[in-house]
Amino acid sequence: MIKFDSKIPSGPLTEKWETYKTGLKLVSPANRKKLDVIVVGTGLAGASAASSLGELGYNVKVFCFQDTPRRAHSVAAQGGTNAAKNYKNDGDSVYRLFLDTIKGGDYRSREANVYRAAEVSNKVIDHYTALGVPFAHDYGGMLDTRSFGGVQVSRTFYAKGQTGQQCLLGSYSSLSRQVEKGTVTMYSRREMIDLVVIDGQARGIIARNLITGELERHSAHTVVLATGGYGTVFYLSTLALGSNPMAAWSAHKKGALFANPSFIQIHPTSVPVLNEYQSKLTLMSESLRNDGRVWVPKAKDDNRHPNEIPEEERDYYLERQYPAYGNLVPRDVGSRAAKERCDAGYGVGDTGLAVYLDFKDAINKQGKAAIKDKYGNLFEMYEKITGIIPYDEPMKIYPAGHYTMGGLWVDYNLMTTIPGLYAIGESNFSDHGANRLGANSLMQCSGDGYFILPYTIADYLADEIATPRIPTDTAEFDKAEKDVKERIDRLVNIKGSETATSFHRRLGKILWDYCGMIRNEEGLLKGSQLLKELEEEFYKELAIPGTGYELNQELEKALRVETFFEIGHLMIQDALNRKESCGAHFREESQTETGETLRIDEEYAYVAAWEYKGPDKKHIMHKEDLNFEFVELKQRSYK
Amino acid sequence: MNITLKIWRQKNANAKGRFVKYNLENVSPEMSFLEMLDFLNEQLIKKGDDPIAFDHDCREGICGACGMYINGRPHGPEKKTTTCELHLRSFEDGSTIVVEPWRSKAFPVIKDLMVDRTALDEIIRSGGYISVNAGSAPEANSIPVDKHSSDKAFDAAECIGCGACAAACKNSSAMLFVAAKVSQLALLPHGKPEAARRVQKMVKKMDDLGFGGCSNTYSCQIDCPKGIDVEFIALMNREFFKAKVCKSKAK
Ligand SMILES: Cc1cc2nc3c(=O)[nH]c(=O)nc-3n(C[C@H](O)[C@H](O)[C@H](O)COP(=O)(O)OP(=O)(O)OC[C@H]3O[C@@H](n4cnc5c(N)ncnc54)[C@H](O)[C@@H]3O)c2cc1C
Ligand code: SF4
Ligand code: FES
Repeated sequence: MIKFDSKIPSGPLTEKWETYKTGLKLVSPANRKKLDVIVVGTGLAGASAASSLGELGYNVKVFCFQDTPRRAHSVAAQGGTNAAKNYKNDGDSVYRLFLDTIKGGDYRSREANVYRAAEVSNKVIDHYTALGVPFAHDYGGMLDTRSFGGVQVSRTFYAKGQTGQQCLLGSYSSLSRQVEKGTVTMYSRREMIDLVVIDGQARGIIARNLITGELERHSAHTVVLATGGYGTVFYLSTLALGSNPMAAWSAHKKGALFANPSFIQIHPTSVPVLNEYQSKLTLMSESLRNDGRVWVPKAKDDNRHPNEIPEEERDYYLERQYPAYGNLVPRDVGSRAAKERCDAGYGVGDTGLAVYLDFKDAINKQGKAAIKDKYGNLFEMYEKITGIIPYDEPMKIYPAGHYTMGGLWVDYNLMTTIPGLYAIGESNFSDHGANRLGANSLMQCSGDGYFILPYTIADYLADEIATPRIPTDTAEFDKAEKDVKERIDRLVNIKGSETATSFHRRLGKILWDYCGMIRNEEGLLKGSQLLKELEEEFYKELAIPGTGYELNQELEKALRVETFFEIGHLMIQDALNRKESCGAHFREESQTETGETLRIDEEYAYVAAWEYKGPDKKHIMHKEDLNFEFVELKQRSYK
Repeated sequence: MNITLKIWRQKNANAKGRFVKYNLENVSPEMSFLEMLDFLNEQLIKKGDDPIAFDHDCREGICGACGMYINGRPHGPEKKTTTCELHLRSFEDGSTIVVEPWRSKAFPVIKDLMVDRTALDEIIRSGGYISVNAGSAPEANSIPVDKHSSDKAFDAAECIGCGACAAACKNSSAMLFVAAKVSQLALLPHGKPEAARRVQKMVKKMDDLGFGGCSNTYSCQIDCPKGIDVEFIALMNREFFKAKVCKSKAK
């Protein structure tokens, strides 16, 4: 039986972290350099953790599969990062940020973790500013903020539509400084395939050198995963194509519980699918909904040009259904509404899987220049992809997979159920419940890496100072490497006729159709069956040219797709288990009279943490009950 | 539409490369350039051939991973567009498209269209940062940043590290890349204390790594997918000169 304790400290919410922190053990500077830490991932979470651990003097090794750490997927975040600075004097506070996050997550996250994330958010902004991140400033020389994601205060710090890029380049620069100093060793173009556990503790990884194909052994006293999310499970998503859960999944198979795997956020505004070879759905920032109006024609299969459809024949369905919030309803609500209209036959475009996002009224009212000033780069991006100029006609948009709230289960220390293995950033599950608020992920990733992990990891490492460097010529490393080798050989030797990508595309479609925006028991069971059949085909028909021991991008993809099959099964199992609707998880069987999500708190106010039992065995679920000491549970309403 | 491709194939860093011709039928003008390469690769794999290796990740013009010479120009014919943002509608039906990797001494070819750009990381490591440890930063608004400098620093900071500037340059100079980082940090008050040290270290590193000097042809700006302005090279030169003067005065 797996040990399972969230280690949430007692005491008042506002004092938990400060009190807890002072009770944590420390490692003296002289001992730090004797301690090795592996950090996998160089996104905001990994780069911030690796650089701050380097600054403290630990001996850090950091890994990423891109050619340089600066390209981690965090680079693509657009809108901004939240902090409770209350610079706008509009009533914001750490407590309000905490409350918005808990509510936004539809009461399926931990109070203590969320409060802490809000608490350290201000230090994140201070640090990035000092690192030279060019956040927007006003004429008085002070930082500017904007309101984002339907909250009532203005707490989002931003650098035009490239906040993720600017924050990541900031943390990449501090990481680079540590590499130059020699405290951090950078391993780019390496993919972690497996975790090595020795006597119950995480002690290293097996990584594949993506240039030579060699398998490498790396050991450490502790391992940190900062490997991001798995929204790419749907194949088409707003994520970078390489994003994948293999590292987290390998840890899961070695004993780390995986929490709420089916909680995936579908973002309502992405460029829709335009051709059958499409590889990517580009996000059109949420901020567009501040001025854009969403509509479909009132008549089914109306294929007139949008500009020719008169006002009275348009259905502004969000404004109609949600008069209070209108076009600014939360992401999950907006996504489902778009799907509902398209499924009912009102969708537009060649595929019928799109709705209009129209700026005509905003342009008439505010002028083209004002709209250009606000959204110029997004309009340009849209034009590059579609060839359509959104100043002249409405954008077409459709929901797309975007963010995984689910991830490795961690305790208050951010440690998984494998002692010595930590998970931070999007790879863990802890802060966003069943739905993430806009601009809260960058905040959490950076907070985890800069201001939480460095404290909690010391508490663990303090007991490791007498442990000598971990050798890699042990039976455990031998076994892990052998397993990886067999896994690679198995895939390479299938020698079928279908590419990994074509399997990924089909697998993604199954999960999108049956475990996507709207779920029900029948569909989930069907999806599970289809997935099983496709998986069998995968092991018969996969084609990988070349060998495992050279640069082989097809093998890289196949290993990831193999993981998507496994995680896909667990997503379905998790979605089947949770018979309530909450946040992004919409079970048709559990809705209000007006078709909104209906939580069942008496039965489901828990985190579903799944334990892996073996290749052909069913996962076992463990419950972590969510005790709400400080907030009162309410049903969300946007009507 | 139908197109003919002439693509540089090179097995590995030491192998001799050559152009290989591929005819592609029924591609859609809606396809992105990389989706077209995916499509070609699917066909190659099904035939049992080696697919074309190339770097990419975000496919929305922000990570800087993609990059190839397309008809003799880094990132192809469109202005301010990365390879992944380029679509086939920019080419005519029936056209022949020549595709090569970055050609620069500092970016050795790894395979096909994939090159090694670690040199750019090394330049940043040599000084492209502000030396502040986590925990020591002052309150963010305690140092005002005038809006003009902040906006300008942002313009410089937009560089995605793709390397097109050096690939476009006949001297293989990485000046635009280096200037962008030096300027971003020199423009902000937080970056000033280290400005002199930074510019000297970064320029020296660039020279040591085998990048050439700048002879002001500005092909870098023309082919930079983010439109980084060559005015930053002038700004860097001023910073460099200032640093030199200070140093000799100190002596
Ligand atoms: C288009 C888009 C826009 C967004 N905009 C916002 C926004 O405005 N505000 C906000 O708060 N959030 C936003 N998000 C969400 C946010 O960007 C991500 O949740 C966050 O950046 C994740 O950071 P991370 O550090 O956890 O992981 P990532 O940035 O995904 O980094 C993962 C790292 O792990 C490495 N890695 C993964 N697996 C392996 C392996 N097996 N071996 C070796 N290395 C591995 C990768 O190389 C990479 O370095 C957006 C997301 C998308 C898709
Ligand atoms: S300056 Fe432009 S061309 Fe050079 S690396 Fe940066 S983005 Fe690429
Ligand atoms: S793939 Fe990221 S910029 Fe082109």
